[in-house]
Amino acid sequence: MILSGADIIIRTLIEQNCEVVFGYPGGQILNVYDSLYKYESEIRHILAAHEQGAAHAADGYARSTGKVGVVIATSGPGATNLVTGIATAFLDSIPMVAITGNVPSSHIGSDSFQEIDITGITLPITKHNYFVGKVEDLADTIREAFRLASSGRPGPVLIDVPKDIQIAKCEYTPASPIESDKPEPAKEIRIKEAAECINAAKRPFIYFGGGLINAGAQEEMLELAELIDAPIGCSLMGLSGIPTDHPRFLGMQGMHGHFASSMGMSHADCIISLGVRFNDRVTGNREKFARGAKVVHIDVDGAELSKNFPVAHGLRGDVKLTMKALLPLINKGDHSEWQAQIDKFREEENSNIDRRDGITPYSAIMTLNAHLKENTPVATDVGQHQMWAAQHLRFRKSRKFISSGGLGTMGFGMGAAIGAQTGTGEHSVLVTGDGSFGMCLNELATAVTYKIPLVILIMNNGVLGMVRQWQTLFFDKHYSNTVLNRKTDFVKLAEAFGAKGEAVNNLEDLDRALERAFAYDGPYIVECPIEKDEFVLPMLPPGGSMEDIIVKIKD
Amino acid sequence: MQRYTVAVLVKNQFGVLNRVTSMFRRRQFNISALTVSETESPDFSRITVLFDGEHSNKEQLIDQLYKLPDVCSIKELNSDESINRELLLIKMQNSPETRSEIRDAADAFDAKTVDYNRDAIVIQLTGDSRRIDDFINLMRDYTILEICRTGIVSLERGETTLRSELNI
Repeated sequence: MILSGADIIIRTLIEQNCEVVFGYPGGQILNVYDSLYKYESEIRHILAAHEQGAAHAADGYARSTGKVGVVIATSGPGATNLVTGIATAFLDSIPMVAITGNVPSSHIGSDSFQEIDITGITLPITKHNYFVGKVEDLADTIREAFRLASSGRPGPVLIDVPKDIQIAKCEYTPASPIESDKPEPAKEIRIKEAAECINAAKRPFIYFGGGLINAGAQEEMLELAELIDAPIGCSLMGLSGIPTDHPRFLGMQGMHGHFASSMGMSHADCIISLGVRFNDRVTGNREKFARGAKVVHIDVDGAELSKNFPVAHGLRGDVKLTMKALLPLINKGDHSEWQAQIDKFREEENSNIDRRDGITPYSAIMTLNAHLKENTPVATDVGQHQMWAAQHLRFRKSRKFISSGGLGTMGFGMGAAIGAQTGTGEHSVLVTGDGSFGMCLNELATAVTYKIPLVILIMNNGVLGMVRQWQTLFFDKHYSNTVLNRKTDFVKLAEAFGAKGEAVNNLEDLDRALERAFAYDGPYIVECPIEKDEFVLPMLPPGGSMEDIIVKIKD
Repeated sequence: MQRYTVAVLVKNQFGVLNRVTSMFRRRQFNISALTVSETESPDFSRITVLFDGEHSNKEQLIDQLYKLPDVCSIKELNSDESINRELLLIKMQNSPETRSEIRDAADAFDAKTVDYNRDAIVIQLTGDSRRIDDFINLMRDYTILEICRTGIVSLERGETTLRSELNI
């Protein structure tokens, strides 16, 4: 059938099983919005308050469902407002397709009103991007974008469509949803070598990240852990990958990771790393990182092998299929001495648990835990609250922790939580801070409009806590521009947006407020006070190693 | 630090060079020369990259190149098994005192004089980069007015091609 470019865009999205798109209209994308109007019974559109929020929502949708998130924006500022959202998705390998309008082809390059070179701008933060010059290419470009976004190591893809291409017509032939590239295991010889290394280990440690969740290789990893009697740690992106209370799980690694997890990894003689990239937040000083260990690294992206950290065995391949091929070659191991050492690390960690009365970061998150169901997605923003959430939240199922790991985007949470709620249909949670929430709180309007059941826990300490923590430790307590103490009344703010809100002052109130928040069918702010000089601990100082770990702050 | 020559077959599409160089820039690869040319097929362009770095940097460069969807095939070309050529145009000041020495040097290198007038001589030289460097160094004894070199082009000896690995 003959359709306009705009109709082809929407029809192809529907054909690719896209049920919902996030976005914001504007001059050069009007035709696409007209098609959305036409096809509204087949595809939902969530109107954000700002394109950045729409991009984070598409991201949160993708993180919580594993499907490709789609965001639509107009040219110029609409497109540039997506940039932070696209970069966030890029650094965390999240499948996303962004569609932007642009000025008519004949105007391109003339600095027309709201013209911007968005393919140029997003070159380093997309897996690939397209400028569509012919309406005949449109459908296949979108299909190709879905394939690229979801294949191998996922990531964002942008398609820029000039207005005249949206208007032009051509034949549209429906196709079936595109299939991602077929995953392949690593080379057999590499798997054999890695197996020998693992079999020789006396102190094996398993370290996984977001790549394990993408591959769905949790079962294989747990089987390996049982077989070789190894403890398990993860990166921030790996959180919720396996149940938090799994007996072998020691928690997150790295700068603010769990003591036992970080100590375990640094004392291991063999680290089996699955779908990770040895980010500097995990390794600290790379010269001193895991010096006594041989590292086996399995990742679908071959460029990650020995990129940040030289590994003994780099296996390029799908984590699940590679693990399946690896498991039969692994001997059963029994490392009671090693486990005893791990238990000691655990004991030491437990001795540092925050047992103070009243509202503390730990008690606040633990109170929240009691209200979480196994399917509740929890989004965060970025800063101290994010680390407290990462350390103490209890997860039972994968894809429930929605957090900006690589880019560390303050303001990510509101959009992401809306996206996660839309994708899962579950009553969702945002854990945020007063600083981060202030960045993109406009999306509260979106949450109200679409009656998004969302509990927003604001850990309000009146300061930019994480930056303040660094200023305390490394800048002689020069609190330069980190004291907010704004007069914002979050309860009134919630009401002004048409949401609900309450502030609490003690743990019992927090518990009851959360009860009410989870019973409410819409966004509900719970403002919880946090002392401004709380620290995120433990902490590996920047450039430090495990020998420099800070577990307690001396007065 | 070592010098590597990497040949890359890419889709002949608008903006491909930009994608490749954008990746080099953002990951701070030390590229000393880069040439782009049409190939025997209108579907592909060929990029030849001259790159200085450690072995691990070279591996990383190739791995990162493979991640670009427009990149079809990559081959590291080592000097023993490939033919590397570069073209130099060098404009020398023409003066009665140095004229004959410059021409002698050019003859010794089998270089061609492609333009000659009262004030300047333009010499053309083809060869591998080392040979070009040697000639330029020799010319530094006189007055060089301008230099332009193409950067390296490189083909493997024998019948294998970058495309043969793609089966197209």
